[in-house]
Amino acid sequence: MTMPLATSPAVSADGAAETFMPIVIVGHVDHGKSTVIGRLLADTNSLPQGKLEQVRAACERDSRPFEYAFLIDALRDERAQNITIDAARVFFRSERRRYIIIDAPGHIEFVKNMVTGASRAEAALLVIDAEEGVRENSRRHGYLLWMLGIKKVIVLVNKMDLVGYRQSAFDAVCRDYQAFLDEIGLKPVGYLPVSGRQGDNIAAASGEMPWYTGPHVLAALDALEKEPPATDRPFRMPVQDIYRFTAFGDARRIVAGRITSGSLQAGDALVFYPSGKRSAVKTLEAFNGAPRAWAGRSAGFTLEEQIYVQRGEIAARVGEPAPRVTSRLRASVLWLGRQPLRARQEFWLKLGTAKVKAEIEAITRVVDASQGAAGQSAAMAAAPAMRLNRHDVAECVLVLKRAIAFDPASEFTDTGRFVIVVDHEIGGGGIVLEALDDARGWVREAVVLRNLKWEKSAIAAETRAERYNQRASLVLITGSAGAGRKAVARALEARLFDSGKIVYYLAIGSVLYGVDADLQDKDRATHRAEHIRRLAEVAHILLDAGVILIVTARELTLADLEIVKTAVDPGQLETIWVGDAVTTDLPFDLHLPGGEQAEAAALQIKRRLQDRGVIFSP
Amino acid sequence: MSHLDELESISVHILREAYANFKHLGMLWSIGKDSTVLLWLARKAFFGHVPIPLVHIDTTYKIPEMITYRDRLTREWRLTMLVGTNRAAVEAGTTYPLGAVDRLTCCRLLKTQALKDTLGGQSERLRFNHASDRYEPDPSTEPFTGIIVGARADEEGSRSKERYFSARDQHSEWNVADQPPEFWSQYKTDFAPGTHVRIHPLLDWTELNIWEYIEREHIPTVSLYYNRGDGKRYRSLGCYPCTLPVESEARNPAEIIRELKTGKFANIAERSGRAQDKEDGGGLETLRREGYM
Repeated sequence: MTMPLATSPAVSADGAAETFMPIVIVGHVDHGKSTVIGRLLADTNSLPQGKLEQVRAACERDSRPFEYAFLIDALRDERAQNITIDAARVFFRSERRRYIIIDAPGHIEFVKNMVTGASRAEAALLVIDAEEGVRENSRRHGYLLWMLGIKKVIVLVNKMDLVGYRQSAFDAVCRDYQAFLDEIGLKPVGYLPVSGRQGDNIAAASGEMPWYTGPHVLAALDALEKEPPATDRPFRMPVQDIYRFTAFGDARRIVAGRITSGSLQAGDALVFYPSGKRSAVKTLEAFNGAPRAWAGRSAGFTLEEQIYVQRGEIAARVGEPAPRVTSRLRASVLWLGRQPLRARQEFWLKLGTAKVKAEIEAITRVVDASQGAAGQSAAMAAAPAMRLNRHDVAECVLVLKRAIAFDPASEFTDTGRFVIVVDHEIGGGGIVLEALDDARGWVREAVVLRNLKWEKSAIAAETRAERYNQRASLVLITGSAGAGRKAVARALEARLFDSGKIVYYLAIGSVLYGVDADLQDKDRATHRAEHIRRLAEVAHILLDAGVILIVTARELTLADLEIVKTAVDPGQLETIWVGDAVTTDLPFDLHLPGGEQAEAAALQIKRRLQDRGVIFSP
Repeated sequence: MSHLDELESISVHILREAYANFKHLGMLWSIGKDSTVLLWLARKAFFGHVPIPLVHIDTTYKIPEMITYRDRLTREWRLTMLVGTNRAAVEAGTTYPLGAVDRLTCCRLLKTQALKDTLGGQSERLRFNHASDRYEPDPSTEPFTGIIVGARADEEGSRSKERYFSARDQHSEWNVADQPPEFWSQYKTDFAPGTHVRIHPLLDWTELNIWEYIEREHIPTVSLYYNRGDGKRYRSLGCYPCTLPVESEARNPAEIIRELKTGKFANIAERSGRAQDKEDGGGLETLRREGYM
């Protein structure tokens, strides 16, 4: 279909035949970003009629030389919706397609807006002044493009007219900049010698540089192909939610998310990380149309078994490379917050759909963009720092409060990216360079292997729950010595047993001399983690059998609970602190007095189990 | 993947993120084509269900067909439908053109103020009771912390500055110059007490995309958008004193698409039939900073 050359942005992005490509334009201040844009607009006839003449006349009137950059200001000043520019975007088109320059330069908050724009961009133009050469922001912006995952970068060596269109000047800038890009591993699509002011190699080949035989900017843009969705790669889908909407008699339990890699079909065996839970896809689901489940699509599916998976997990296919699961990682971070981000300062990290508290353990390298000419091989200097200042990019080791699943960004772009939230605001973002070992790695690996090898009973957990009229649960009762944990546990066991529940009481001491016979240190100091892990594994077996299990243990800590949660579904867990004095960092669901009031405490726990739907009111 | 599929997938992802992160989430339904597409996308996101309450700000000056259509879909799709109105302003008559106020003041009172009060729970909300088949006072006055809006970046200048998830302060005001960055598919889902977040799943859609999607999905739309024999249709819907139909022969979405692509509207902005925009210097920025949608 044909369309008029200059069309309103309101009506030209056509789904079927016409394509559009969002791009960003970056580079050091005064290296000519706006001039290049102005020239692109003028030379593609994207300007409103008479605009160019009007701005030229205004310049003449004010006795100042005309600049193509003035076009941008003049267009922006018009405020009203305009066919070429609006508050955040500039539009132009070639014969092949429409282009949107997102967040054109000139805004005060350029880096924040550039990040926002570049996150949606397919390609970037990076402008370097031929006369001034590579400068601080040439490097910084190049690094950001790499970090933001823009693989198609065209480097424009601008103002060639000021260096007499000499090839040697062009080559020097290319050499310089390539040395920097080599360090970060970014391969540009190409280097183009241009002059925005004179129009050389912008939308037409220049006659001034016979030594250059490559494409002009518009041709180089038109030659770019959109990145195809990664449908042939291993499957990844961060779980957004589990839906169970019962209106209209709907009984489906749908796992929903946007597929970031690979594709999915009914019957595929899946593993969810970090839990290691597995099940097979029963049906693909969609509303009003055939379900389509491949990279880039928002999808949904039901599972063969009703396993407990939750938002924040990543679905992968059995037999394909698994995502990493750990609570320590090395990352490249861009910080944009007004206040510096200090090492050991707590923040929220959001990756995929997971959200976890985290902090910087160490800042290992700060990208020093102010370095002189590259070739000194030190554009990234080793500079131990204790904080990240605004606009810093740095390599850091991050520690997370609990392990999550992710991929190194070099392997899977989408599941290797995260943002940092401080005071309710996204203050920065980063990419995962590599997974690092953490203290609980071995527990998790053991659990993943156990889940993979587990011989599933033919009786589904739900069937068992219906028969027993209860949901399997672990009630963890803890507190200081002498607070009366065991009395409460016994009272609760008796009460539940009397109302017909399948319930069992297990004190940690009962595990010590049997299951833990090979562990020498019975006071649990050196082998504490292993004691807890074994207790949790025993609990897991009993929960699988459908039992309500009551466990008592003295002064459990947050770290203990994390181990338990690694082996047992957090959704099946209730933590109770007994006694007035709270002596550890354990987060609990219920705080009860102990001592003589065991019966009352047991009654309160029973009520909570009713509220939580573990058991049902008589 | 076609461009429409891509837009759909992004919007669905945004709707699900909003649903997962905001406990008190609402979706504005103006009855117009954009927010109706948004409603449809919610059914896509939630597999036929709409687990988010819909909020309609009724200025009492809406074209009657709009209200009939609203209540028909509410019944058919079993929607949780909330309606808010600035009763005080309507009763005091400080409206355009009846009272001695200009269009912008009228917008401020009947839309911006009504919206603030309805979302904040300060004024009475009416909720459609499916059992009794009528609107009844809503017992809940819980303020919304996340509100989904069908704004598109291409509608007018100020909307192109929006993020997908955009913070509003205690007074519903918008700090355009200082917005947090939006990285990849990570959005601002955290918010300070007393503030709320506006969520814009349709930001990247154009007017043409909306009509192509309506056509592809067979989404029921209000008949006012189509020429019903008098050579006129509405291109944008609002209050009858301030919204004028355009001359057009288009009788269905396919004909509208043709008209937008090649016909006389190819170079004319969609909101050209909205009189209040012109009083705001050609953009809605003043109104929007104060909380207008």
